[in-house]
Amino acid sequence: MASMDTSGGDSGHKKGPGVKKAKKLSTRVDMTPMVDLGFLLITFFIFTTTMSTPNTTRLIMPKDEKDPEKQTEVKQSGALTILMAKDNNLYYYEGQMEGDGSNFKSSTYKEIRDVIQKKKTDVMQLGRGLGYHPDSLDRDLVVVIKPNSDATYKNTVDILDEMAINNIQRFALIDITDTENQAIALTEQKGGGK
Amino acid sequence: MPSVKIPRKSTDTDMTPFVDVAFLILAFFMLATKFKPPEPLTITTPTSVSSSKLKEQDALLIQFDSSGKVYLTVNLQKKEDNALRLDFIQRVNNEAKLGLSEGELQKFVTSSTIGSPLNELKGIFARPVGEWEKIKQKGIPVDTANNELQRWLAASIQTFQGKKMDVMIKGDNNAKYPSFKGVIEALRANEIFKYKLITDPKGVPPGTDLYKLRQSGKGMQAES
Repeated sequence: MASMDTSGGDSGHKKGPGVKKAKKLSTRVDMTPMVDLGFLLITFFIFTTTMSTPNTTRLIMPKDEKDPEKQTEVKQSGALTILMAKDNNLYYYEGQMEGDGSNFKSSTYKEIRDVIQKKKTDVMQLGRGLGYHPDSLDRDLVVVIKPNSDATYKNTVDILDEMAINNIQRFALIDITDTENQAIALTEQKGGGK
Repeated sequence: MPSVKIPRKSTDTDMTPFVDVAFLILAFFMLATKFKPPEPLTITTPTSVSSSKLKEQDALLIQFDSSGKVYLTVNLQKKEDNALRLDFIQRVNNEAKLGLSEGELQKFVTSSTIGSPLNELKGIFARPVGEWEKIKQKGIPVDTANNELQRWLAASIQTFQGKKMDVMIKGDNNAKYPSFKGVIEALRANEIFKYKLITDPKGVPPGTDLYKLRQSGKGMQAES
């Protein structure tokens, strides 16, 4: 059967004039509609589903403390203030801002990690000198985060994330002051924003 | 000249491997993805290194988009809690004297999202829920002078007493800080100090303190 001749060639047996040949049907199925269907379903799934499940970052804010006696005091040596401004510009200063703005520096979101890490090492060094417990050498370190009204939500979350990355235990999200806003405006005018 | 016979080739291609690939990809997408929940506004969230996954649970979801419009959604998992939704909107209705009818209040049970100033709610609720998406809603005001989110949250605290409600904040990358601040202020005024920010996952940069913590296996416990 397998070698049944369908070509009607000269070899093989001759059949009588009334004998009809059984037509050999191809077992091949046209797969094209199936491919169409497959890709249609793929497109459907791509558009209606999401790949990654979003994460949640926990944020715990401090209580409003009206009583100045109970307010947390920040040691000058352990304070790092990060200011966020428009166009992803970033400024920081350590301790208190000098009147002449000499310690007011600009930075970027990439470089700020080094600044935080350096500050953390410095403060831990100081803490060692003061005889703090080895587990809480960085307890004087407080990062003050001050986004101005041109900073975006992404900027804020990025910096909060930076706190998590560098394992900063104490940080605060505080409103920016007018002096700091002026300092930012001055630096931007000078073109030192970058 | 002898004529060269070009053998006639079939234009048929064997589609079987193509089908295999197509269905393989299909199977992958079906297993690896999740259906998108319907969203009243499009938000691209920032990324964070946080490792805790977003759980499906009862929550108050505060969303704000790039233009700073704030929406409040009451997410309740169980159908039985619909009474609480009604109770919640009823409370706001009474407190702010919105003058919504019983039927209009029921619409909140279906949609469970608020995205308009209180004085415009009457107009929104007068229309069928299906049309709400098409209406340009202004968002809940969160500025210092008129922080209406604060009132909504106050009502929610009263309604959902004794229930475990998480507060989640989902903000757009390009939203300006003041709208986030307005949300925080509203939460602070209601003495809610713990909340979760919904973000997209991102890897921890190697060499940092958190990276070392995670490597030592302590970081996970510290966060959870």
